[in-house]
Amino acid sequence: MLRIFFHRLLLGIATVAIVSGIIFAAVEALPGDACTAILQRDASGERLANCRRELGLDRPALTRYFEWASGAVRGDLGISAHNNKPIASLVGDRLKNTLLLAGCSLALGVPLALLLGVLTGLRRDKASDLALSTIAIFAMTIPEFVTATVLIFVFSIWLGWVPGIVTASASSPLSAFFPGIVLPVIVLTMVMTAHIMRTVRSSVIDVMSSDYVQMATLKGVPYWQIVFRHALPNALLPAINVIALTVGWLLGGVVVVEKVFNYPGLGHYMIDSISDRDLPVVQAIALIVATAYVGVNLAADLLAMAFNPRLRTLKARSP
Amino acid sequence: MSDGLVTLVTTTARPSRIALVIREVLSRPSGFIGLFLVIAHVLLALFSPFFAPFDFKAMNANAILSPPDATHWLGTDQLGRDILTRTIMGGRQAILVTAIATPLAVAWGGLLGIYLGLAGGRLDDILMRVVDAFLALPWILKMLLMIVTFGTGIGVLIPTLALFYGIPVIRIARAATQNIVARDFVLAARARGHSRVSIMRRELFGNVLDALMVEGAMRWSWMLLAFTSLSFLGFGVSPPTPDWGLMIADSRNFMAIAPWPAFAPVIALSSLIIGINLTADALAKALGIDRAQAAVH
Amino acid sequence: MTGDVLIDVQNLSIGFTGRSGKLLPVLRNIDLGVQRGETVGIVGESGSGKSTLALAMMGYLKHGLRVISGQSVFDGRDLLTMPSRELQRIRGGKIALIPQNSGQSLSPNLRVGAQLTEALALHGKLTLSAFPARVIQLLQQVRLPDPEVIASRYPHELSGGQQQRVAIAMALAGEPEALLLDEPTTGLDVTTQAHILELLSDIAVRLDKAMIYVSHDLGAIARVCSRVVVMYAGEIVLDGDATTVLTNPGHPYARGLLASIPRLGNPSLPMALEGRPPPPGDAGPGCSFVDRCAIAEAPCRSERPGLHPLLTGGRVRCRLPERAESIPTKRDGRPASAGGSFGEPLVRLSNLAISYARQSLVDQLLGRKPQGVPTVDRVDIEIRQGEVIGLVGESGSGKSTILKAVAGLVGPANGEIAYDKSGALPATVEQRRPEQLREIQLIFQNPDESLNPRHTIEQILAQPLQLYFGLSGDALRERSIAILERVRLGAHYLDRLPSQLSGGEKQRVAIARAFAAKPKLVLCDEVTSALDVSVQSAVLDLLDQLRRDSGTTYIFVSHDLAVVRALSDRVAVLYQGRLCEVGPAAAVYSRPCHPYTEALLGAVLEPDPGARPVLMAEDIMELSPPAKGCPFQRRCHRKVGSICESTTPPQRDAGAGHVIHCHIPIGELTSAQTVSALGNVVRPHVQ
Repeated sequence: MLRIFFHRLLLGIATVAIVSGIIFAAVEALPGDACTAILQRDASGERLANCRRELGLDRPALTRYFEWASGAVRGDLGISAHNNKPIASLVGDRLKNTLLLAGCSLALGVPLALLLGVLTGLRRDKASDLALSTIAIFAMTIPEFVTATVLIFVFSIWLGWVPGIVTASASSPLSAFFPGIVLPVIVLTMVMTAHIMRTVRSSVIDVMSSDYVQMATLKGVPYWQIVFRHALPNALLPAINVIALTVGWLLGGVVVVEKVFNYPGLGHYMIDSISDRDLPVVQAIALIVATAYVGVNLAADLLAMAFNPRLRTLKARSP
Repeated sequence: MSDGLVTLVTTTARPSRIALVIREVLSRPSGFIGLFLVIAHVLLALFSPFFAPFDFKAMNANAILSPPDATHWLGTDQLGRDILTRTIMGGRQAILVTAIATPLAVAWGGLLGIYLGLAGGRLDDILMRVVDAFLALPWILKMLLMIVTFGTGIGVLIPTLALFYGIPVIRIARAATQNIVARDFVLAARARGHSRVSIMRRELFGNVLDALMVEGAMRWSWMLLAFTSLSFLGFGVSPPTPDWGLMIADSRNFMAIAPWPAFAPVIALSSLIIGINLTADALAKALGIDRAQAAVH
Repeated sequence: MTGDVLIDVQNLSIGFTGRSGKLLPVLRNIDLGVQRGETVGIVGESGSGKSTLALAMMGYLKHGLRVISGQSVFDGRDLLTMPSRELQRIRGGKIALIPQNSGQSLSPNLRVGAQLTEALALHGKLTLSAFPARVIQLLQQVRLPDPEVIASRYPHELSGGQQQRVAIAMALAGEPEALLLDEPTTGLDVTTQAHILELLSDIAVRLDKAMIYVSHDLGAIARVCSRVVVMYAGEIVLDGDATTVLTNPGHPYARGLLASIPRLGNPSLPMALEGRPPPPGDAGPGCSFVDRCAIAEAPCRSERPGLHPLLTGGRVRCRLPERAESIPTKRDGRPASAGGSFGEPLVRLSNLAISYARQSLVDQLLGRKPQGVPTVDRVDIEIRQGEVIGLVGESGSGKSTILKAVAGLVGPANGEIAYDKSGALPATVEQRRPEQLREIQLIFQNPDESLNPRHTIEQILAQPLQLYFGLSGDALRERSIAILERVRLGAHYLDRLPSQLSGGEKQRVAIARAFAAKPKLVLCDEVTSALDVSVQSAVLDLLDQLRRDSGTTYIFVSHDLAVVRALSDRVAVLYQGRLCEVGPAAAVYSRPCHPYTEALLGAVLEPDPGARPVLMAEDIMELSPPAKGCPFQRRCHRKVGSICESTTPPQRDAGAGHVIHCHIPIGELTSAQTVSALGNVVRPHVQ
């Protein structure tokens, strides 16, 4: 099993490397660079050339890539073109905020999704299943900004229970984000729960109609013992992968939600940087998000192996 | 597997498969409602300019944020423009762009996916690694980079959406193909000496088509989500073109005093997406496909 | 006597609601009583309802089925109306199921010991502390070596035979009064089957439990049961003691069934039972067998016969049981093989080796060849034009792999396949010439899989006709109809989809597709194994007819020794991808023969109540072929010594083209096999 772990780890690192290459190349392809952003209208001729030489932008792309990549590995993500501060600290704050948002959503959404998924799977095609499954589909596909707008209207404007916008800034302490964080968390939870719930439901249905569940019934095992002992341990395995995908999405896809609620997180920062053409920051954020995504998937794969006897033992026994 | 469809085939004169599928879909309430909503929206998108009561950019300083009345059935927005007009025209850009991009995405993603599923080998390994790496980046980042480089015109959005949203289709088509390729009738075709292209066409296409149809409906839904989200953020359609995403963004600031400029586009956009999903669901049931396997984003 | 009745099915009818809303019966008016300690076999083919009946005896109905009438009484109480809490106590505790596919029926997330403990906790009368010892005891009872190790394993780590034994142990854990066995040996190798059946019959005798054994395999039932019930189209058509039912049954269907089973001792093609059973709801007002019956009269069509007692004991559902005696139960004469001379060699496999080992990414990068022992090795067979050569072996024997190599779907790692006069055949299909592609055709095992479910029969047949002959339009259609008629199907099949055809019909379409190409060589990969017994013989008959008409050569792969014997001129026996012996069919199936062949023949279950299989080979799971020496070294009951492990066995000539790969000289082998327990099964070969 250790061999597989290293194999996957290598694969993960390779993926991140490829991604970093893609990011760097994509940003290179954008019109303009750090110098045009700094100099703005003055960006031409001598001044442009001097600026480029100063910042080292006249060196070949490959060199600059390696410099950036090696710096990133060490934790140095470069300097923001917008305000000349080290990116690592700027990003660090906002990453912390996004993690808070993601963390709350996961804490609320995952247990809910597992519960609902199991319930709808066991009560397949009954009224409760149809209702919940339909709601889930809508929660998944209706854009987050629409859901957010509706929730803001209902709970903030009409009922006035929670604020519709976050007023804390990037470097505020975590406590400052409550209760403004409530609505964003609800929006994210809705989307995430829907995804996970559908996968769990499908898996539960498959398992409950399997031969071994039928055998357990014919062995005289009581229904709930079948569910908890025979069915769920097998049905919940695919959930691990979906949860990993969701975590990946939470870290990079919440851009819209952060923008709608003015939440000072990584996603919001990414949009602003793109608008400001602060390319080093864009690069850095993209790299962080991609690495997190790959890392979470790797963890999910390993967890899946740890919990699935078939994967574990078969590998161990083959020559 | 497709128990909904095959058991209908009992008479000797068989109607075409498409007719059967449509009939199956319409027979379910979800399919009926869904298809109705989708067709209604498409018709509105095509013909709304001909019967819209006002000019969508006509501003009226005397009727700012006025509530619904006899002249303006849905009221006016913060620049005095008629909301009804802007709402029924608000889907035109979104539907136009996504309705063209979706078949393109499914076509190229599907073909490549089928080919990879059939060919396997080193090409498959390499390309799937690239696909994985690509999917590791959040969609919005990828879209924004394209927009910032090339602008927001239709000529940019359609190919970009088709390109990016075709990539998950590769996965689906490849998986479906791999499932089928392992089956004996494909082996039999190979043993007879049919060429790879011929096998793709005869054996795989039809069988993978079902999965692709359902996936196509879902792709359309995701693309609409992307398009309207981009407009909302200010990176998509530019004013004064009416667009639901843009309208919702504009109306947010005034929601406390005037909620209807937000209601109308919310209901319009939601109903279209709900319609597409209901149709996709009914389609999947009619074809016997398990939807939880469908890709995301 | 009635006080002894444990299971009593009374006028039970079960059905489901079809798409059109009609109620379609799967079981009709079943009356069946089983006494304590009795072993009853329930025989039927697909669609007979036997599995539904078995599950109903446990009060279980599959999703979608419901009771139309009647009861299923166990120990005085109707299970079908019992509340679930009481049912749970009875299932596993009073009546236990041994399922068909234990690999799928054991929960993958629980260790074997845990699953047995669960059964004990639910139904056993022991205290908690006694469980571990009892688990070991149960595993020993089913003859599993190293029970402690097995108990700690997960189901997927065990072989098919081991999984089946665990399922038996689990059923015995609750100390039930009755055991229900639903095709428990289907899917297992011949030699493994024999061991499991021996265990089961031993349990039946020693533990005095009622046993209901459901199967389509008359041979298995003959081994275990004292009473046999035959089912057809949801009804019981015959019920009597095993000897009578298996040698001289009173119902036309049972007689036809017996006649259609190929026998080792009888080298001729069995008699085909044409037609197929009516689908649920389609049986007319009269007897359900009337369309296929040799002695049917007009009244048989209008009145449904009841189940009448016979003078000799037992019951039969037929108006004319006396006339049934006139239906032969075996066919004499006409052997399949054309006998005598065949043409030039058509195919020659020389030192053929095939490997399935896949290259890992690292190996690919380093350009290394995959290591490991090849799946198939050192195979030398010559096949002459017009003959049928059978490849026989169990799972892992490599027989299908060899077929795929000849077909060009997998390339040899070593050696060559020479074809006709053109020398070595290119390894893969993509490299072969059009005539070679046309002349070599492959037919698969499972007709559900080998026909594209979305194509009509017309489209399926069009493929080879267009590809090889460029036909289109009317010419194409005419030729398609001609081919359909050759396989005894009509033009009206052209517009149908595979799902509208029965298994036998689909396989005929697959055969038609192969013969549409006018092949010289037809590769048959277990083409009858997925079909019902009575349908198998029709397909064999068809293949034989086609061979006679067109002089085609066959390579016929099967695990069923009797089927191979019926059709083949020569036979090759394979074990773990290596050749054990090759020779004329009659010679291989008699002495002298390779020890493995001997074990195979001994394990074959004939539907003869007097026959007792002889267990020779050890029941061990082989993970991969041995690197050196004889492939059979680990299980051979005639192992000479260490020479079997170190040296490849020499090819010994037993005369008339019969070659045996063994370290034991022919003379010794012949005399050893003469005095062995095999006796009558492996007769001396008369040249």
